[in-house]
Amino acid sequence: MFNLVFLLAAFSLVWGLRLQSNPESAKKGNFLASMGMGLAIFATLFFEIKDQSIFNNLIWILVPISLSALIGTYVAKNVQMTSMPQMVSIFNGLGGLSAVLLSFIELYKVSSTNTDTFFSYNITLIMSLFIGSVAFTGSMLAFAKLDGYRWSEKLILPYQHIINIVLLVTIIIFSYLYFINLLDFNYILFILIISLVYGIFFVAPIGGADMPVVISLLNSFTGITAALTGIIFNNNVMLLGGILVGAAGTILTVLMCEAMNRSLLNVLIGGFSASGKSSKKSEDGDIKEISDSDFAVQLFYSSNVIFVPGYGLAVAQAQKICKEIQETLEKNDVEVKYAIHPVAGRMPGHMNVLLAEADVDYSKLIELDEANEKFTSTDVTIVVGANDVVNPDAIDDSSSPLFGMPILKVWESKNVIVLKRSMNPGYAGVQNPLFFKDNSKMYFGDAKDSLQRLSSELKNL
Amino acid sequence: METLLNYITENEIFIYLLLFTIILGFEVISKVPTILHTPLMSGANAISGIVVLGAIILIRQTDPSNLTILIPASMALFVGSINVFGGFIVTDRMLGMFKKKKKK
Repeated sequence: MFNLVFLLAAFSLVWGLRLQSNPESAKKGNFLASMGMGLAIFATLFFEIKDQSIFNNLIWILVPISLSALIGTYVAKNVQMTSMPQMVSIFNGLGGLSAVLLSFIELYKVSSTNTDTFFSYNITLIMSLFIGSVAFTGSMLAFAKLDGYRWSEKLILPYQHIINIVLLVTIIIFSYLYFINLLDFNYILFILIISLVYGIFFVAPIGGADMPVVISLLNSFTGITAALTGIIFNNNVMLLGGILVGAAGTILTVLMCEAMNRSLLNVLIGGFSASGKSSKKSEDGDIKEISDSDFAVQLFYSSNVIFVPGYGLAVAQAQKICKEIQETLEKNDVEVKYAIHPVAGRMPGHMNVLLAEADVDYSKLIELDEANEKFTSTDVTIVVGANDVVNPDAIDDSSSPLFGMPILKVWESKNVIVLKRSMNPGYAGVQNPLFFKDNSKMYFGDAKDSLQRLSSELKNL
Repeated sequence: METLLNYITENEIFIYLLLFTIILGFEVISKVPTILHTPLMSGANAISGIVVLGAIILIRQTDPSNLTILIPASMALFVGSINVFGGFIVTDRMLGMFKKKKKK
C-alpha cells in the first residue's frame, strides 16, 4: 500500500519537474511536485518499520515540521522579489545542512555501536557528509556574496588550487584512517570540518556575478547528497528525487553558463580573472551628462524607445516607475520595448520575473537577437543599471575578460542614455567604453530616484 | 578494485535507477527557455529537500529515550523542511508572476 504511495510520489516529482520546463504549465508542475513531496512525507510518516510501534516519536517529527512550515512559509511569502536568488541559496544551504546532520548521526551510530556494517555503507555516508557540507557552507557564502556584497570580490589565496587539492586529499586520507582504525569517530569529525572549509574555499574565488551558476551547481550537489542519503535509508523516492535534482541541476548549470558564453570550468576557476584589467584605451575619453529636462524632451519627441534593465534596476526596486514612464510615453505615441539580456539581473530569467511583478506586458519584452536587430532603428535606448551586458569590449577587444559574451549592441541606436549610480565598473570589474561613445550620455543617480525625476519631468511637459 | 566491484553488486538496483534517473533529469530540463531558469532552479531546489524523508525514518527508528540522536535528527528535519516549504512557495510566487501577465 505504502509502496504504491511512494510510487505515486515519485511520479509526481518527475512529472512536476517536467511541466516546470514550459511556461504554460510551470505553475501546475510546481504544484504537482509539491504534492508529490507531501505524499512522500506522509507515506514516510506512516509506513511500517520493522519492530517499531508506528506512532512513536511522532512529536519529534511533527514539531519540527510544523515549525519549519510556519517559518518557511512566512519567509517565502515576504521576501522581496529582488532577493530571490539569495533566498534560493539559503534554502539550498539548509537542505545541504540537513543531509550533513543525517549522515553525521548515522556515522556516529555506526562507530558507537561498532556494528558490522558494509564498507560501502560507510563510504556512502562519508560521501554524503562531504558533498552536503560543501553544499551547505558554499551556499551560505554564495548568499553572503549576493546579499551584502561583502566578500563579493573573488578571494584568491595564493596557491588556491593547490590548497583545494590538499584538502581533498586530506579527506581521502582521513577516510582511509577511519577504516583502518576500526571506525574511530574522531576521524569523522576531522572530515566534517575539512569538508565545511572546503565548501568555503570552493566558492570564495568565484565572483559575485557568477553566483547564480554556483548556486545551481550547489543545488545539484544537494540533490546528490539527498540521493546518497536515500541509499542509506533504503528509500527509492529519496534516491530518485535526489538524482533527478542532481542531473537537472547540472544541466541547468551548463545552460546558464552557455547563456553567458562561458564554460563551467572557466566560472569555477574564477573566470573574470584579475589579470584581465587590460582596458587600456577607453579611460581617457570624456563622458557627457544629460539634464533632467533634456532627457525628458528627448524621450518625448522620440518615436521609439528601448529600456535595457539590469541589476541596478532590480536593487533599486525601480521596475514599477519604469512601467509608469512606459505608460506616459505610450500616451504620447512613443513605442516602448524592454530588451532583456539572458543574464540580466542576477539570474537568467530574473529580470522577466521582476518586470512581470510590475505588470509589464509580456509582448513588450524582446530578447537579445531581436533587440540587436532593432537598435539601429531606435531613437533612444535607456540603459538602467546594466553595465557588462552592454559593454562593446565584448565584441571589439579580445583582451577583455568579457570578450565573446553575447551582448546588447545599444550603441547602434541613435542615442544611448545610461542611468548609473557612479562611474564604477560593473560586476565583472572592467571599464565600459560605451560611456565614452559620441552618442551616449550619462544620467547619474540611484535608478529609482533617477527614473522618478524623469517621470515627473515627463508629466510636466 | 574488489571493493568497488562489491559496491556495485551490493547496490545493483540503485545503480540502474541512478543511470536512468540521470538521463531522465537531463531529458526533462534540456529544452527549457531562459526565462524559466530561475524558477526551475528554485523548484529543483525544493525537490532536493526530499532529504527530510531520511530524517523522518531516522527519528522513527530511534528509541524515544535516545536524545543524543533525536535532537540532531529533528534539527535535520527542521532545516530540511524549511527548504521544502520555502522552496515550493517561493517557486510558486515566481511562477505566479508569469501567470498574471499571461491573462492580459
